[in-house]
Amino acid sequence: MSAAHDDHHHGPAKGISRWLFTTNHKDIGSLYLWFSFAMFLLGGTFAMVIRAELFQPGLQLVDPNFFNQMTTMHGLIMVFGAVMPAFVGLANWMIPMMIGAPDMALPRMNNWSFWILPFAFAMLSSTLLMESGAPNFGWTFYAPLSTTYAPSSVTFFIFAVHIMGASSIMGAINIIATVLNMRAPGMTLMKMPLFVWTWLITAYLLIAVMPVLAGVVTMMLFDIHFGTSFFNAAGGGDPVLFQHVFWFFGHPEVYIMILPAFGVVSAIIPTFARKRLFGYDSMVYATASIAFLSFIVWAHHMFTVGMPIAGELFFMYATMLIAVPTGVKVFNWVATMFRGSMTFETPMLFAIAFVVLFTMGGFTGLMLAITPADFQYHDTYFVVAHFHYVLVPGAVFSIMAAAYYWLPKWTGYMYDERLGKLHFWLSFIGVNVLFFPQHFLGLAGMPRRIPDYALQFADFNWISSIGGFLFGASQLILLFVVIKCIKGGKKATDQVWEGAQGLEWTVASPAPYHTFATPPDPKLIHDQ
Amino acid sequence: MASVGSHENYYVPEQTKLPFFASIGLVFMVYGLGAALNDMKAAESATASTWISLFGFTLLSFIIFQWFSTVIRENHAGMNSDQLKRSYVWGMAWFIFSEVMFFAAFFGALYYVRSFAVPWLGGEGDKGISGDMLWPEFSAVWPVIENPNSAIFTNPHEALNVHEWTVAFFAKFLPFWNTLILITSSVTVHFAHTALKAENRKGLIQWLAVTVALGVIFLFLQAFEYIEAYGHYGLTLDSGIYGSTFFLLTGFHGFHVTLGTFILAVMLIRAIKGHFKPDDHFGFEAASWYWHFVDVVWVGLFIFVYLL
Repeated sequence: MSAAHDDHHHGPAKGISRWLFTTNHKDIGSLYLWFSFAMFLLGGTFAMVIRAELFQPGLQLVDPNFFNQMTTMHGLIMVFGAVMPAFVGLANWMIPMMIGAPDMALPRMNNWSFWILPFAFAMLSSTLLMESGAPNFGWTFYAPLSTTYAPSSVTFFIFAVHIMGASSIMGAINIIATVLNMRAPGMTLMKMPLFVWTWLITAYLLIAVMPVLAGVVTMMLFDIHFGTSFFNAAGGGDPVLFQHVFWFFGHPEVYIMILPAFGVVSAIIPTFARKRLFGYDSMVYATASIAFLSFIVWAHHMFTVGMPIAGELFFMYATMLIAVPTGVKVFNWVATMFRGSMTFETPMLFAIAFVVLFTMGGFTGLMLAITPADFQYHDTYFVVAHFHYVLVPGAVFSIMAAAYYWLPKWTGYMYDERLGKLHFWLSFIGVNVLFFPQHFLGLAGMPRRIPDYALQFADFNWISSIGGFLFGASQLILLFVVIKCIKGGKKATDQVWEGAQGLEWTVASPAPYHTFATPPDPKLIHDQ
Repeated sequence: MASVGSHENYYVPEQTKLPFFASIGLVFMVYGLGAALNDMKAAESATASTWISLFGFTLLSFIIFQWFSTVIRENHAGMNSDQLKRSYVWGMAWFIFSEVMFFAAFFGALYYVRSFAVPWLGGEGDKGISGDMLWPEFSAVWPVIENPNSAIFTNPHEALNVHEWTVAFFAKFLPFWNTLILITSSVTVHFAHTALKAENRKGLIQWLAVTVALGVIFLFLQAFEYIEAYGHYGLTLDSGIYGSTFFLLTGFHGFHVTLGTFILAVMLIRAIKGHFKPDDHFGFEAASWYWHFVDVVWVGLFIFVYLL
């Protein structure tokens, strides 16, 4: 490391070493996004196997144990490999530019946070090739399925979780340090774009709960290899203890996957409605309230384990409270669009679909929060439909919206709007055909995580699988659009979108390798 | 990293090979460890996997050493801006918060087991019915000495907690002395800090040496207690939930004390080499924060594992 730098040497390094050894937030953001997309395709392939097997009743393509490996790996890869890294990638790319900082606060650690992931997921995926097969106990890995009855590959699963957790914690620390310490003069907290706010709160959630996940897999490791009895009642432990510790992590985790999505949508809707975001302050407070509530609702995932009635009631009411700040947000997005000069470019289409379909997923969440009703819905396809509605047309749509929204800033070229719209409509139709019938399946009693089902479920499963294949295939359009946009196209202006506000639109398109080496003019920082 | 040269606020992150190779070290370490554990469980030779793990550990340790050396060298060269220094402070503070949450998981497990799981197994209340059906003779007392199924989980002979509230008992109660040792060490590391700020190099070195020594004594006593637990008390990892919670809580704490002592020892070497200035010594301060944190965890442990 030499202290002497000269203005001419600030471009990226040549060749592969640019990507392996980079400390540049934009490079690392791109790495995260590409990694996430690769994992999205891998996890998506597993989902295609699941939908293919469920296309007809009976056992057709895979044996039940492998089917279980597919549901498990699909969940793990999508949650930890696709959705979370995508948002970290967006944070890396956008947060420094949005707050007028030259880079992330701790660039070397930033590189480490990323480069742990490919190795962690290589280790996790390699379990598919092991003699014991991959983990087959569901992404929630409930004990004793994941301890007493687990395949031996569970050990590698545990260590993969440990190191990807370390990666997440380092990434989150970096984001907090960046937001709290690197803001340009004049960028007060209440002037930060909402995406920065939601990520600040998300990072806090990550640091609070990833260690708890590390704790619970550590208890598993000791139960499996060192004879402890945390999750074994014969030794005075309790399998339900696993569920409590897991969901203490798991519930904040689902908000980790949605809060940054709220930030993305809050950036896009004002741009294409050509209005300021309605109720900025209330958005910030609502996000903070959701984060707080996320810590006290975990047991709504376990209403049927036999908790005392007081627990059932507390977790039911606390869960329903979340509807209040979430409602504030949905109201604000709608109010932002109200009487706006709206146009419907691809990012806006994804953002509007997000608002509608995420809200639907939220409403089924309310249904599930009602304890006595949950006794019926628990572990059925209704739950599958619910969380896929919030995660696919929710989190994933917001990531796609973000990709289309910022691609011109990243590449310097406009993406192909016609292909983008095609991608949107096929995804929109595909995702609804895929998941909407699953509500009916669940209400009719079809359990989740099974390779075969009773005949009366055949029609809806057939429809759902068709939707799945359509949705899966449509994602190749996204890949094509992104590559095409990197290769060239119509030159993007610096402003890109007529109604866009914020510091990232004041720099050139494509954004230079280093931005805000000196702080931006405070006059460029707007009230929200 | 943050090089403030002639440009005001100019910030040029350089390329670095450290993190990529640290990731390789990390993955070899955990892959080898996982393979070794699986080999041992399958009663196969774990030699190869152990070597893989050791290779990863060595590589990771080497990289981390290089990494910290680089950071220290850059700071000595005056390359670190005030802003970067604040980032390190935030980074350490939030890292400690993550450690707090790691321990919270184990404390949470302890509370859950003591307040709910064990009483229900003993047949208490509405939720006691399955405990009554499965193990009617099990009665809920903490510490659990008679396990629900002692054929699988061998009963310990005796518990290690405080069962007599007399001076004579505490005088011979090793964890009590360990508590005193750790609290004292928190004070001595603070004296070292005060000496550093007063530009008293000798005081810094002496108080830091005392702190490291106290850490080492604590670890020796803790090892002695473990030997006693396994030898005399029959309290082991596989002796039921009391042993499970006892060893994981005290074990992870002990691991953190080991790490903390090592870090403080590094700080001692750096102090002897003349590092740290009264107004610029965050490496030392971070180490002392970590040490205070480890202390606070012990106080929690002493109260909830030994006293109550």
